[in-house]
Amino acid sequence: MDTHTSDARPVLEGPDIARVLTRIAHEIVERAKGADDVVLLGIPTRGVFLAQRLAAKLEEITDRKIPVGSLDITMYRDDLRMHPPRALARTEIPGDGIDGRLVVLVDDVLFSGRTIRAALDALNDIGRPRAVQLAVLVDRGHRELPIRADYVGKNLPTSLRETVKVQLAEEDGRDTVLLGAKRTP
Amino acid sequence: MSKILIRGAKVLGGDAQDVLIDGEIIAEVGQGLSAEGAEVVEAAGRVLLPGLVDLHTHLREPGREDSETVLTGTRAAASGGYTAVFAMANTFPVADTAGVVEQVYRLGREHGYCDVQPIGAVTVGLEGRKLAELGAMHESAAGVTVFSDDGKCVDDAVIMRRALEYVKAFGGVVAQHAQEPRLTEGAQMNEGVVSAELGLGGWPAVAEESIIARDVLLAEHVGSRVHICHLSTAGSVEIVRWAKSRGIDVTAEVTPHHLLLTDELVRTYNPVYKVNPPLRTERDVLALREALADGTIDIVATDHAPHPHEDKDCEWAAAAMGMVGLETALSVVQETMVDTGLLTWAQVADRMSFRPAGIGQAKGHGRPVSAGEPANLTLVDTAYRGSVDPAGFASRSRNTPYEGRELPGRVTHTWLRGKATLVDGKLT
Amino acid sequence: MLRHLISAADLTRDDAVLILDTAEEMARVADRPIKKLPTLRGRTVVNLFFEDSTRTRISFEAAEKRLSADVINFSAKGSSVSKGESLKDTAQTLEAMGVDAVVIRHGASGAPYRLATSGWIDAAVINAGDGTHQHPTQALLDAFTMRRRLIGRDAGLGQDLAGRRITIVGDILHSRVARSNVDLLHTLGAEVTLVAPPTLVPVGVEHWPCEVSYDLDSTLPKSDAVMMLRVQRERMNAAFFPTEREYSRRYGLDGDRMARMPEHAIVMHPGPMVRGMEITAEVADSDRCTVVEQVANGVSIRMAVLYLLLGGNESAVSHARTTEGK
Repeated sequence: MDTHTSDARPVLEGPDIARVLTRIAHEIVERAKGADDVVLLGIPTRGVFLAQRLAAKLEEITDRKIPVGSLDITMYRDDLRMHPPRALARTEIPGDGIDGRLVVLVDDVLFSGRTIRAALDALNDIGRPRAVQLAVLVDRGHRELPIRADYVGKNLPTSLRETVKVQLAEEDGRDTVLLGAKRTP
Repeated sequence: MSKILIRGAKVLGGDAQDVLIDGEIIAEVGQGLSAEGAEVVEAAGRVLLPGLVDLHTHLREPGREDSETVLTGTRAAASGGYTAVFAMANTFPVADTAGVVEQVYRLGREHGYCDVQPIGAVTVGLEGRKLAELGAMHESAAGVTVFSDDGKCVDDAVIMRRALEYVKAFGGVVAQHAQEPRLTEGAQMNEGVVSAELGLGGWPAVAEESIIARDVLLAEHVGSRVHICHLSTAGSVEIVRWAKSRGIDVTAEVTPHHLLLTDELVRTYNPVYKVNPPLRTERDVLALREALADGTIDIVATDHAPHPHEDKDCEWAAAAMGMVGLETALSVVQETMVDTGLLTWAQVADRMSFRPAGIGQAKGHGRPVSAGEPANLTLVDTAYRGSVDPAGFASRSRNTPYEGRELPGRVTHTWLRGKATLVDGKLT
Repeated sequence: MLRHLISAADLTRDDAVLILDTAEEMARVADRPIKKLPTLRGRTVVNLFFEDSTRTRISFEAAEKRLSADVINFSAKGSSVSKGESLKDTAQTLEAMGVDAVVIRHGASGAPYRLATSGWIDAAVINAGDGTHQHPTQALLDAFTMRRRLIGRDAGLGQDLAGRRITIVGDILHSRVARSNVDLLHTLGAEVTLVAPPTLVPVGVEHWPCEVSYDLDSTLPKSDAVMMLRVQRERMNAAFFPTEREYSRRYGLDGDRMARMPEHAIVMHPGPMVRGMEITAEVADSDRCTVVEQVANGVSIRMAVLYLLLGGNESAVSHARTTEGK
């Protein structure tokens, strides 16, 4: 997903992002009844940072250590043959594994749903969670698969001619969500 | 046979002159000759040479007619401007008896594109153990004077000595394929920087040079003459130069491909570059050119070695060694020797006609372009440049290393004893 | 872009590091309950082995299967090849069956290069060892092993081998492993020294990007890794060295010699080892010897290579030579 900051405008700024993550954390605790078997798995790259931030907030709320890891889905993508192979990112499953746990997948943007489909396949090869839920910072619509998020930071109606870019301090130096126009070739 | 007037050709690269052929003989050479009753070939700007003579051709017949026959090979020769070729003995059966050499000789005469002078094997079956009937081959209708186990080295020093001595009785010459067999076991290419990198078995220069050194000393000792086939290294040049300075009766040949190509080409692993002796280094190429220019190397010989497609369309180690050369030889010599200023056309006539005919004692070939001489002639358009297209070869085989390469010069006409074998680049 | 992997010399530093980093992720798959990825589902890879090499073939096969490729094993022995069928015909027959990649082991140097460049087939070609030319995946797995041991699994990510001193000992002349390693280690910034009797060093080695020594003892203290190459006993008959005993006394690695290596230095061997010849049992079985690790790492490296060459619509590895050629 290409972005062009020239004409992109922020739809969420740093304080907004912090606020929605806090809300999602509370929702997880509420829905998971205390979140005592929650494992957060971020989808690289930015989903991992969001998962770590969520874990920190959950730890504040529950005063318990929340297992957090990462799940690289590159090798499970259904569009592998449409691009050159990508460099792989790290899959890091917390020590106690995911069997019988509530896995919350965390990603920055929910779009076609194909990434999450790949993530569910990847999870399948790693273990058998009690349940799997999905938390995303932005849901921009245009689903191509029957997938929905359990926790959404912001619903952002977009057109297919627009791009959504999440920037996070850990990777990009600042927190923001940008909405821009796709450059027409 | 009628008269032919070749008008305005640069004879041996010199001034424009007319040459009148009458029957099998050159009738007159001069300016402003009458065209009356003669077919005229306009040759302004072209170079007229004596018919080229190749001391080293593989015609493959008998035995490997899938790669070449006497007919296709002599057509290729005519196409390249040759009027006489010496056919190497490594056929199946080997040309080690009067019967085989007479057959090859007769086939050449019958087809009429180019005289074929068979070379006889030095040893029975090229096996290096027992002398073949050299005298019988000499006395046969083929009149063999050149003997060679080419493809294999006469590596036994005693056999080589005896052969050198024996042929003195009838003025023959032994042409040595200089390759020490033990040093070249499993050899695939020149041993050096490139072979080290490519992991192909190395073929050291010393394997050639040590045999040449031995053989010139043997020739000196027994007072015979020796000819060195396809000399390929700078070291070999030094040995031959030294031998000549001592008065040893040695002659040497170089192939067109060793004047142009280097072992860097093997990096492609394309077996079209696989040849015996192997392509050497740039330093060797320059030494060979210099030696051909200063006369250390006497002649250019093609080592025309046809192979069927499947013997080259495979992995390097499995491929046959050799390249076709008759149809590109003069162009390569122009590229490497004439256009570089190392040889004049008169000297090309010397290296590709006079001297090879002399070494091989080819009667009626390698004669001056003057009245009364046999009309064996080659007309060359030296201004031509074009890329080599093997599809147009007269040879049955296509294993040329020059496919797609642009080379200068084109033979337009060849006359064998007054009969045109090639007209405007087309075989008759 | 690289379609084929023919020679370690064709890899840039960034290509090589990408392969090593990818292999590090692939290695983690081996720790999972399901050691399989769907990445090459529907792709067919043929292992075309004209030379016996069970360990290399099995390693490729494991890598292919872990990536869910369909695998065809073709061994030249007892096949039409032994009846005179050419490499070209064999390759074209396989391609007609819809093969996406050919992993080839061949006794003739250059056979994989020829297969990749002659226009005989369209499939990607991966060299699994050709004659005495190249064995690029071996060099990659060796570099991977060195990076892990000398730098560390995670600390090594993104790193090359700059400044590491690697000594390769044995039959350099006949070794595709040595050639591949010299090329790759040089690209990765390591300093390579070859040690062998002069008879087993190729003419022309002076142009290789490495040092050559005939003295093992003086080289060992300056080595971070010592790679012992197999020395075949039959070389003795061709006068490359006088006797087995003299060879192992001058160039074999025993416990005393190993003690002269720096404490952190490792001993490597591409296998199969000739115990008692180039290496003693004491060294082969020591903690510093990485032979078994090298085998495990081979699967990870081959997974990485297969993924990067075949995983997308084009290769992720840039390339110098084979695409330039014909």
